[in-house]
Amino acid sequence: MKKVLVCSLLVLAMSASAFGAAFKIGGTGPLTGGAAIYGIAAMRGAQIAAEEINALGGDVQFDLRYEDDTHDAEKAVNAYNALKDWGMQVSLGSVTSKPCEATAAENFADRIFALTPSASSAAVTEGKDNVFQMCFVDPNQGTASAQYIGEKGYAKKVAVIWKNDDVYSKGVRDTFVESAGKFGLEIVSETAFADGNDTDFSVQLTDAKDKGAELVFLPMYYQPASLILAQAQAMGYAPKWFGIDGMDGILTMEGFDKSLAEGVMLLTPFNADAKDEKTVKFVTEYQKRFGEIPNQFAADGYDCVYAYCQALTQAKATPDMDAETLCPKMIEQFTTMTFNGLTGENVKWSKNGEVTKDPKGMVIKNGAYVGLD
Amino acid sequence: MTMRRLINLKRAEARRIYLTYAIVIAAYIICQVMSSTKFLSSSMRGMLVPICAYMVMAVSLNLVVGILGELSLGHAGFMSVGAFSGVATAILLQGFIPFAPVRLAIAMIVAAVFAAFAGFVIGIPVLRLKGDYLAIVTLAFGEIIKSILNNFYLGVDSQGLHFSMLSDTTRLLPGGKLIIRGPMGISGIQKIATFPAGFILLMIALMIVFNLVNSRSGRAFMAIRDDRIAAESIGLDITKYKMMAFVMSAALAGSAGALFAMNYSTIVANKFDFNTSILILVFVVLGGQGNMLGGIIAAAVLTILPEKLRSFSEYRMLLYAIVLIVMMLATNNAEIKEFLSRLNPFRHKEEA
Repeated sequence: MKKVLVCSLLVLAMSASAFGAAFKIGGTGPLTGGAAIYGIAAMRGAQIAAEEINALGGDVQFDLRYEDDTHDAEKAVNAYNALKDWGMQVSLGSVTSKPCEATAAENFADRIFALTPSASSAAVTEGKDNVFQMCFVDPNQGTASAQYIGEKGYAKKVAVIWKNDDVYSKGVRDTFVESAGKFGLEIVSETAFADGNDTDFSVQLTDAKDKGAELVFLPMYYQPASLILAQAQAMGYAPKWFGIDGMDGILTMEGFDKSLAEGVMLLTPFNADAKDEKTVKFVTEYQKRFGEIPNQFAADGYDCVYAYCQALTQAKATPDMDAETLCPKMIEQFTTMTFNGLTGENVKWSKNGEVTKDPKGMVIKNGAYVGLD
Repeated sequence: MTMRRLINLKRAEARRIYLTYAIVIAAYIICQVMSSTKFLSSSMRGMLVPICAYMVMAVSLNLVVGILGELSLGHAGFMSVGAFSGVATAILLQGFIPFAPVRLAIAMIVAAVFAAFAGFVIGIPVLRLKGDYLAIVTLAFGEIIKSILNNFYLGVDSQGLHFSMLSDTTRLLPGGKLIIRGPMGISGIQKIATFPAGFILLMIALMIVFNLVNSRSGRAFMAIRDDRIAAESIGLDITKYKMMAFVMSAALAGSAGALFAMNYSTIVANKFDFNTSILILVFVVLGGQGNMLGGIIAAAVLTILPEKLRSFSEYRMLLYAIVLIVMMLATNNAEIKEFLSRLNPFRHKEEA
């Protein structure tokens, strides 16, 4: 609760400090409910970036506002409309995939440019010229994971446990299964679960164990993953574990025994242990304020605001321009510029809004993320 | 003396119905004028269609809960059947009917038919039960519908429609399009739902329900609600009447679902879960069981309320819950009820 208080005070302080001519930048994300860890992380990352940029006192100043969408498309559109009433000029879309599909359609209709930190489904950008992503699109994560596992030779026999009523999980699972053969992986077990029966994984784990899977691929968010790890340990099954960016956050989950996650590998574009100056600065600042190590969502949020800063500066945009005037300028900048951020160097965007950057493999060691390479 | 009272009662009933129509029409005109003169914020304008859909849901559930006296906890299930069948229809018709309102109308009719069918199929086992048992079984069916839709794939290509369950084995020909994609739901929906369409649907729903309630069948519904044994003893076919109310209610919920879904570019089955069913039940209970206008107002208030509480950020849902509790207590308080009824201009005439 204290954190929440500090956080809302910060928001208040920020909007107060950002008087005068600033770009109004708004985003929606789950700040409450089951997916809140993502929304809050992205929001905090964006806040730090906005404050850093404002403190520099350059031409581009930001007034940032996040609204809660509780990971629901209907609420996300409501939140988006609230931001529109506030006078949002450029948008950070939504943090999670399905809500972002809904708000992206609104962004497209209203001609308000959007750069989402972490909504990774392909439908977010599909057919919309003014919606861009900072994260990988889901299908790419599946292929990249299969490639990573195959090329590094971590395993031959692989089990997949996925959530069959979740867009994100399904998107990654589909491309992983599709491309597994190409990289010499054999999928020996494939089991699914859904909302409501996501507390007991003994069936799925027994299946994977009986069929001799050396590695279990977990394309899902961290809550079910934490249960899977605990139950596998209880039944004495210790394969290699491989997750994707949704697994990020497992270490900061309340009541989670970190030793369970020891040795879990995951593919994520951000590595909080990296020693480059930018990452160290961001991680220290984030830790100082919120008392935890930032995850990939925080880094995505941070990068989004810096990417906007770069694009707005290069486009010589001024805060008195309205959203419709800024939109074509932003499209032009984002399709031509190269951005260096926390989540990758030489980040580029294609015309359809998808991002190109290299994924980083990470492994959890002694309760912290360490680079695999 | 008794005759006169009966006639008066009937007049009071008629007045209540016309008052409901009048308030709905007036609210529509006010919102429409405010919306076209840009007086309404984007936030409010964005909520007009979902509010209409929720209002229809409240009317539809009120028929089962308030008039028939059976508790249904799976109403969101019918809404999702309507949403998915309606949107799929609209997408299939995209090439044939370019005029959006006609496409929307057809989609809503198809949605009503599908949902009515689902209501019929579910009604066969469910309506043999009563009370708490019925409530629990409808809850289960709501979840079953959600699970089925989460595992349902529907595609279309030059060969026609293709279905599959669990995983996508539709094997569409090149140029084919997967419409319903299991857990990913439907993406890229054209937003053709409009506020006038929502208003028309609400008016139709009200007309159907009011006419049904004041018909011979409606009297039978209420007789069953008030005393099942007495109703049975005078030869009423309980199952038939229950089924009639249930199917009608499911059909209305289906078209509301189609309207709701076509207001967003994407829809997933998880949206129509147990929580949504309960939310609709809250509209009905807060508005007063059997009171259509009350349910409609509750639907509007409870949809707008969380948005108006946005300035309280994290404390929003806490406040929402407190306001809800206060409202529930207040609307059931005898003294407050008495005070409210004193404000009612028709009260004296009714007593006279």
